[in-house]
Amino acid sequence: MIITLQLELIVIAMMAAVACCLPGVFLVLRGVAMMSDAISHAILLGIVVMFLMIQKLHSPLLLVGATIAGIATVVCTEKIIRSKRLKQDAAIGLIFPLFFSVGVILISQYARNVHLDVDMVLVGELALAPFNRCVIAGIDCGPYALWVVSAALLLNMIFVRLFYKELVITTFDATLATMTGFSPAIFYYALMIMTSITAVATFDVVGSIMVVALMITPAATAYLLTRRVPDMLMASVFIALCSSIAGYAVAYYADVSIAGSIASMTGVFFVMGLLFRKAVTCGLLTSFCVISRNLL
Amino acid sequence: MNYTVLLVLQGAVLLGITSGALGTFALLRQQSLLGDAISHAALPGIVVMFLLTHSKNPWILLCGGALAGIVGVASVQYVCTHTKLKKDAILGIILSVFFGFGLVLMTVVQKIPVASQAILNKFLFGNVATLLAHDVCVIAVISLCIFAMLILFWKECSMYVFDPVFAHTIGCNTKIIEMILTMLLVLAIVIGLQTVGVVLMSTMLIAPAAAARQWTVRLSRMLLLSSIFGGGAAFIGVYVSSLVDHIPTGPAIVIVASATVLFSLMCAPKRNIG
Repeated sequence: MIITLQLELIVIAMMAAVACCLPGVFLVLRGVAMMSDAISHAILLGIVVMFLMIQKLHSPLLLVGATIAGIATVVCTEKIIRSKRLKQDAAIGLIFPLFFSVGVILISQYARNVHLDVDMVLVGELALAPFNRCVIAGIDCGPYALWVVSAALLLNMIFVRLFYKELVITTFDATLATMTGFSPAIFYYALMIMTSITAVATFDVVGSIMVVALMITPAATAYLLTRRVPDMLMASVFIALCSSIAGYAVAYYADVSIAGSIASMTGVFFVMGLLFRKAVTCGLLTSFCVISRNLL
Repeated sequence: MNYTVLLVLQGAVLLGITSGALGTFALLRQQSLLGDAISHAALPGIVVMFLLTHSKNPWILLCGGALAGIVGVASVQYVCTHTKLKKDAILGIILSVFFGFGLVLMTVVQKIPVASQAILNKFLFGNVATLLAHDVCVIAVISLCIFAMLILFWKECSMYVFDPVFAHTIGCNTKIIEMILTMLLVLAIVIGLQTVGVVLMSTMLIAPAAAARQWTVRLSRMLLLSSIFGGGAAFIGVYVSSLVDHIPTGPAIVIVASATVLFSLMCAPKRNIG
């Protein structure tokens, strides 16, 4: 029983990590990485509003509400940027605290007696995920989180596979994309919807700050180490998998927060990438030459 | 108006004025999200300070937070100059990795018998309601220091914000100015963590400056307006939350500040410089 629980935990963590890093690669390439931070905070408002409407805590509709809130954040931020009155970073930093605050006030006004904590959204606890079982017709079908996260992962894989060419061309050359008939705006919003869905599916298990860690850090590490998008995708998936396994192992032996330790691990891998990027991109011999030249 | 509300009012208004002033520089240097990153990065520092001292005095813990914030900014600068990664990706990495490491340390703290589990909650949402008279004094002193520094280095800072290359050419040490501005930002964030908490601190820095930017094209007027907007938003927010039951102070301030921005975006007539 204990072993299956742990196995489930590791599988959920690995799936969440891979699901997050797929859209993360394109966010990092486009320079809108902080949007993942904004989306993962704004989710709170969607959950609260949906909860007040249907009065149920465990309903898939809450996830729908959260996704809508995520998309609303992106649309509002884009509106402000388009008006040219404020720069991108200011627009991002303005909208999500507002959404978050409205969520907090709604909770404290109408949902004080319900188990709907704000730090649940921010922090999350992976260790509890296997206890929320998905039971269909009396048969235990594994943890609820496992299904949600794997659905998000599948969706992301299909999206990236189907629209890989479009995503790459709109990311690197919006003008060329427009000329060849792909609308950069459509793919920008599609990417943002994908980010929202992923954030919503995974924040429940790892917390919203960890979503940011898993989306940005492996992709950024891969960006340091590779020159081509397919390599970057593979590398970031590999790094995400390694950090979720290593993070889980550390959390298990040191008995600390799993989500926090996975996030720290992505940081450790980033530092390693930073140190060894020359060795990976230029080959071992070149990097040895560079190091020895610097030393001499 | 009772004594507690008066204290909260003083603390929040001071925070609004100071963060409004510093937000001006952050907004013009396009570093609005740096505040968000610093405030998240403070968590491990706060927890380490708690582990070392077992103190419950928030200001001692916040010293640790400030140190961690400075380490965070330094790492952002290092990665920014040594790689081709975009600024916002670096901010996201520092923000989430530091915060994650802070969470790991938190679970260590929770195993210590004397530990107060409330640290995390206070850190996330501030604890403006428990502000004491001497806390307000500390906030006032920090704000005064910040304004004194701004007045002392006004010329250098304004030159650096608009034209760093020119500032460097005529012999200003731009690294030191950059450092001063960042240190002041960290100080303002320390006050903010004590009052509105980590998530809402980002608004306190951005919103007043963003609103003020719409009304004027002069730095001195923008700074003045931004301080007024920040202080005003804090005043109205605290006042509303003291009148209506169960409205948390921090979110109330954020909503008022955001409303100011919305109003300014819609109504400001003079805005013609991108």
